[in-house]
Amino acid sequence: MSAPLKIEPATGSGETFVLNLGPQHPAAHGVLRVKMTMDGEYVMRAEPVIGYIHRMHEKMGENRPLAHFLPNTGRVDYLSALHYNHAFVGAVERAAKLEVPPRAEFIRVITSELNRISSHLVWWSAFLLDLGGFTPLLYAFDDREKILDLLEGLTGSRLTYCYFRFGGVVEDLDPGFAERTRKFIAEMRPRLKMYRQLVTDNIILRKRLEHIGPISPDLCLKYGATGPVIRGSGVSYDVRRAEPYSVYSQLDFDVPTFPESDSMARYLVRMEEIVQSLRIVEQALDKLPDGPVLGKVPRVLKLPPGDYCYAVEAARGRHMVRIVSDGKEAAYRLKLRTPSFSNLSLFEEASKGMLLADALALMGSLDLVIPDIDR
Amino acid sequence: MSLLSTEPLRLLASLLLIIAFVGLNAAYLVLAERKGAGRFQNRPGPNEAGYGGWLQPVADVLKLISKQIMVPPESDRLLFRMAPLVVLTPAMMCLAVVPFSDTLVARNVNVGLLMVFSFGSINVMAILLSGWASRNKYAIMSAARVVSQNVAYEIPMLLVVITLLMSTGTLDLSEIIKQQAGGFWHWNFFRLDVNPLAPVTFVIFFICMLAEANRAPFDMAEAESELVAGAFTEYAGMGFGVFFMAEYANIVLGCSLATVLFFGGWQTGLGALPASWGAWKVLIGLGFFLAKMYALVFTVIWVRWTFPRTQFYGLLNLSWKILIPISLFTLLLSSVMIKLFA
Amino acid sequence: MKTDILAVPRGFWSLLTGMRVTLSQFFKPIVTVQYPRQTLKMPPRYRGHIELILDPETQRSRCTACKLCERACPSDCILVEGAKFEGEKKKSVTQYELDFTKCSLCGACIEACPSDAIKFSREYNLASTSKEGYHYDLVKRLAEEKERKSL
Repeated sequence: MSAPLKIEPATGSGETFVLNLGPQHPAAHGVLRVKMTMDGEYVMRAEPVIGYIHRMHEKMGENRPLAHFLPNTGRVDYLSALHYNHAFVGAVERAAKLEVPPRAEFIRVITSELNRISSHLVWWSAFLLDLGGFTPLLYAFDDREKILDLLEGLTGSRLTYCYFRFGGVVEDLDPGFAERTRKFIAEMRPRLKMYRQLVTDNIILRKRLEHIGPISPDLCLKYGATGPVIRGSGVSYDVRRAEPYSVYSQLDFDVPTFPESDSMARYLVRMEEIVQSLRIVEQALDKLPDGPVLGKVPRVLKLPPGDYCYAVEAARGRHMVRIVSDGKEAAYRLKLRTPSFSNLSLFEEASKGMLLADALALMGSLDLVIPDIDR
Repeated sequence: MSLLSTEPLRLLASLLLIIAFVGLNAAYLVLAERKGAGRFQNRPGPNEAGYGGWLQPVADVLKLISKQIMVPPESDRLLFRMAPLVVLTPAMMCLAVVPFSDTLVARNVNVGLLMVFSFGSINVMAILLSGWASRNKYAIMSAARVVSQNVAYEIPMLLVVITLLMSTGTLDLSEIIKQQAGGFWHWNFFRLDVNPLAPVTFVIFFICMLAEANRAPFDMAEAESELVAGAFTEYAGMGFGVFFMAEYANIVLGCSLATVLFFGGWQTGLGALPASWGAWKVLIGLGFFLAKMYALVFTVIWVRWTFPRTQFYGLLNLSWKILIPISLFTLLLSSVMIKLFA
Repeated sequence: MKTDILAVPRGFWSLLTGMRVTLSQFFKPIVTVQYPRQTLKMPPRYRGHIELILDPETQRSRCTACKLCERACPSDCILVEGAKFEGEKKKSVTQYELDFTKCSLCGACIEACPSDAIKFSREYNLASTSKEGYHYDLVKRLAEEKERKSL
């Protein structure tokens, strides 16, 4: 029990077989197919095959007025819809030089961070399900339900919010939102303690994640992995700090990093991010200014010709929208840089020589959302 | 009455009772498991079929029976069909020697414990057969895992039982229970004078039992997030249902054995019952036996709905690096204690 | 070596802690809603499909068939037609069809409406066995609502 368990990558006896994991497999949530060349239980090569849920979101954005693309953004990554709303709205605002009232910016931050917590809770429960623990899923969904109720009362929708507009947000906070959110934060903190006792400190989980699936910072940079994946490799990169957008520069929060680079590090990053998001929501509620929530926006929005980018820190990493405009009502080119796509890209290299169960734990720790990969 | 006391008829009646017991247990333990899981997860569990869900097992069985049994075209047809038969038999055979109460035992064999373990080992053959015959990559991986898992866990389990046997000096299960008569401090679990680490011994026995029955957190055979449904991937309808039944039969067997070996079987733990109670004594003993056994079954369910699944090599490490050394140590300790003080 | 010996009991203790957590949850009340028997009340801002508003003063729709909602819709799911009745300054709606199979509930139509003639309904128990079941005739719906109110 002394030295941490090390698994030597299999050298390969030459006798391999191909295991098609997916597109319908309980471990690949969604329709991701991984073509695995196996040597016994060792993964020699894992080749992700994507495109089963490709919906041409980028192309859709190029043949319709900008405002018509708004509902699409929430459907790229359905678990962090508000971040994707934010990136697109932000790109248009930057291009058209629209003013956003400060109250709207704070509301955006509050809702985005609540969305981040709910997204991390889904990841947590799905990850535990991958590892064979079923009960945490129900506990996490109970807490997530409270966030969804908060956001439903505010936006009218539970998943694909479509709440942000060019120049602000649709509607002001509903009465009682602030009190209910504070109550939720107070309830959430003891729940996090319970999560730690039930799962994080559990020896079985620790044995399954510690020293499993190391991803070096170089590998992250090579494939452009961002979000909790790169922070779990010890690189302190967070879009909210690196290129501050909205009012994040006025808020005090930590960017959790863990240098261990293993699956446990990525796990701990996300658990710590939930704590930080609670802090951000609390601060933003304290600082929330009065005023309008929607700025002045021209009736027909045409972007001046040019090339515009706007990046946000979505729950899974850096999400960037790039709009190339030729002065018409629709964008000439709309590019969505989604974090899950880059995070998946490193899987093939990182999983080489791992055991099947470990490779799946690694995949779970990347927090993949398949529609986000395929777009 | 006189007819029932003739040996062949008695045996036949007992076997029918055991089959009914196993069947009912399997059906209603599934419900208990789902209800229990529901309670652990703050939800009611199945509650639509019948009052509070009491008819759920009936609905489940009807559904399973009405489904077509598929035999994959490339599979080994004979072995594929044989595996569900093989999987249920050992558990039934073993229950025949388990004394449910005073004199309430199908066949009292004086090497009962040995028989339980020898038949218990056959169980793994059935899963190997099903995995092999399915011609499915997931199934064969699962079969390979299960075989090495069961081999690894047989050893600490036997070591633990040998530790016990040194103090009991018999393989007769009824005799072992009789030795634990009197107050509950006579139960093997509390016999710290013979084996100072008796509770640890029980924990090892319990862990091994979970592993032998392929229960979470050691459910390598199914491992649904890795191997879909493992060795049972290709089974449909009642073929799958029988594997499911066998899982619960094995749990019942394991928990019965733990009750007999560690918790005094049908002994009340409050001292002997007055002899004048006659047949009531048998019934009260049965009640105590079932209460103890179902408490252990509840623990099994509780464990399943608490922990994530262990990693496969973690499982083997646990057995070879932790359980076997500890059980060897308790064996040594116990033998020293017996030599010095008994 | 000392820590190694403690690792086993400490790991075992972490398992017991986990079991204590689940057991404490075992005795807590149920949090789920037993759906067909119990239902939740939707919040005021809930976004169901759209419907025409019955103007309490005139007892008819405020819609002037200006077709701004039709144009604002990203999914082309609204069809509005209107006619000008004699003696009236503005057009009134004669046909308002919603193809709910395409609607993404974004609310662009409601924001675009200059006369506040449409709102989100709070219905969510919507089921149909055919596609046509989701083609809502909102004018007919409004007439039914009016009838219900007058009764």
